[in-house]
Amino acid sequence: MTADQIVFLVFSAVGLGLAILSVTLRNLVRSAFALIGCLFAVAALYALLEASLFVAAQAAIYAGAIAALIVLVVMLTRREQGEQTAQSHRYAPAAALLSAAIVGGIVWGLSQYMFFGQTASALPPGDPVMELGSALVDELRFLLPFEAVSVLLLSALIGSVLVAGGAGKGKE
Amino acid sequence: MGDLFTAVTDFLNGLLASRGIPDAAIPWIFAVARAFLLGFSGLLLVVFLIWYERKLVARMQDRIGPNRVGPFGLFQTFADMLKLVLKEDLVPPRADRILFSLAPILAVMGVVGLWAVIPIAATAYGADLEVGALFLIAAGSLGTLGILMAGWSSGNKFALLGAFRVAAQLVSYAVPAMLAVLIPVMLSGTMRLTGIVEAQGGMWFAAAAPLAALVFLIASLAEVARAPFELLEAESEIVAGYHVEYSGIRFGMFFAAEFLHAFTIGALLTVLFLGGWRGPGAEQYPTLGAVYFAAKSFAAYSLLVWARATLPRVRIDQMLDFCWKVLVPAMIVLVAATAVVDRALADSPPDIRQWALLGLNVLVTAAAVALLGRRPRLHPLTPSPSPDIRRDHSSSNPPIPPSFSRHKPGEGRGAGGKDEGGGIR
Repeated sequence: MTADQIVFLVFSAVGLGLAILSVTLRNLVRSAFALIGCLFAVAALYALLEASLFVAAQAAIYAGAIAALIVLVVMLTRREQGEQTAQSHRYAPAAALLSAAIVGGIVWGLSQYMFFGQTASALPPGDPVMELGSALVDELRFLLPFEAVSVLLLSALIGSVLVAGGAGKGKE
Repeated sequence: MGDLFTAVTDFLNGLLASRGIPDAAIPWIFAVARAFLLGFSGLLLVVFLIWYERKLVARMQDRIGPNRVGPFGLFQTFADMLKLVLKEDLVPPRADRILFSLAPILAVMGVVGLWAVIPIAATAYGADLEVGALFLIAAGSLGTLGILMAGWSSGNKFALLGAFRVAAQLVSYAVPAMLAVLIPVMLSGTMRLTGIVEAQGGMWFAAAAPLAALVFLIASLAEVARAPFELLEAESEIVAGYHVEYSGIRFGMFFAAEFLHAFTIGALLTVLFLGGWRGPGAEQYPTLGAVYFAAKSFAAYSLLVWARATLPRVRIDQMLDFCWKVLVPAMIVLVAATAVVDRALADSPPDIRQWALLGLNVLVTAAAVALLGRRPRLHPLTPSPSPDIRRDHSSSNPPIPPSFSRHKPGEGRGAGGKDEGGGIR
């Protein structure tokens, strides 16, 4: 086993363990922090793949900003946690079915590719971040999806302002 | 002797190879050694920083500062450290034990992690990440998490209140800080910190984008949560905020993280806006570059200390208002305008580009200040004064906040009487 494989196994194990903890812990704040740890473990896996942009984005956006918001919201809902908290609800069977379908789909989709056991091809020369950046603004490549996401985010922004501002205030 | 760092690396390389260590293992050994060296020297630096800051603040306040232990009181910090280490390590019974112990470690990690990408000299850096600027933001978020964790896990309402202020302050000010970092990235065309330093060969980015440098300084000051932004630990309001339950070495870790973070802000300001290790002769002698880097960082750090020693603490509403209604809009305008100007003048000589960018910064600053002057003042007790209250006060009476104007008649006469007593008839 090479050093890369050992590092990969360690971080996968840590990530999976924390993922399981984040859904099984009864204390909501602890499970939120377990989720953050899991996100960092995934960032470490990206680092192993030399995808440094994804490492930084994963750590800054998911583990940083979004997770901090989750923790804050959970901290505000103190009464919702404790040993008596129900950990399941009546939609559990449906959720299990859906999750199984998603996992099955991913496994089936991956099995259609023949790259298992092959050595990864070498990274193309040049700055990958620069490459990604020019691909995002190239109308023949990803400009349309990029702009679509921008519109989506803008509408989310406007929507959150409306929700936070309250519907009644606008009438004054 | 021009390049101490390469010389040391080559020497160690030869040493390891001659001892029969396989070639594949040498990069790993170097990586571990570099990480250890950076983290260790960063934390050692704190010892000196604490002495420096105490001395500087003391001078500004017309005191002498530490002067008993060792020459110039240099060993005072060692005595304090020893005291902290020997103190009893308390964990409150209502605390969440695991998170309580994890929080100070995260806080230190968030700061020490930043040093992984800071180029100290042309040939001395931990890692040359192609997304260095983004990494700074990612590593900084660890510290925020540490403070949130500390505030919640202490099981103390003051600590929790401190943690809420953290979320409001640190998460808010991360936005203008990020936008300010974007400017050097755009001007240099790379997110590599070494590339950003190299792009400042002609002129520092502080000269091309002084507004961005200033906003970065202010936003970072808020992110370190130092005076005048130390709302997280305002003694008179929430005792000591998130670290109220911490004692001994765990408190010491928060303390060290804060001091090192403040200096790191100085170092980042140096790298992003003040030309990093660049200076006369630094090209030929990278060792000299490290000296320039240290000198500039200390100068920038002294600015932070100066702010801490002389400015009063801002209120929480002022703090949030300033971030979201002043810094963020100004930076969004500046980022968009810088992109346009920089692209439009890409082919013109660097001097013209430089002056155009400087003019743009002055313009945006002037516009922001002009708009600021036309805003109604924030009042502590009237967050949004309704027009009718205003009209009341437009008469000869001095403005009285509404919660004060609901007083009993007797008190009102007392206040009025004082006014009349002032002018002796």
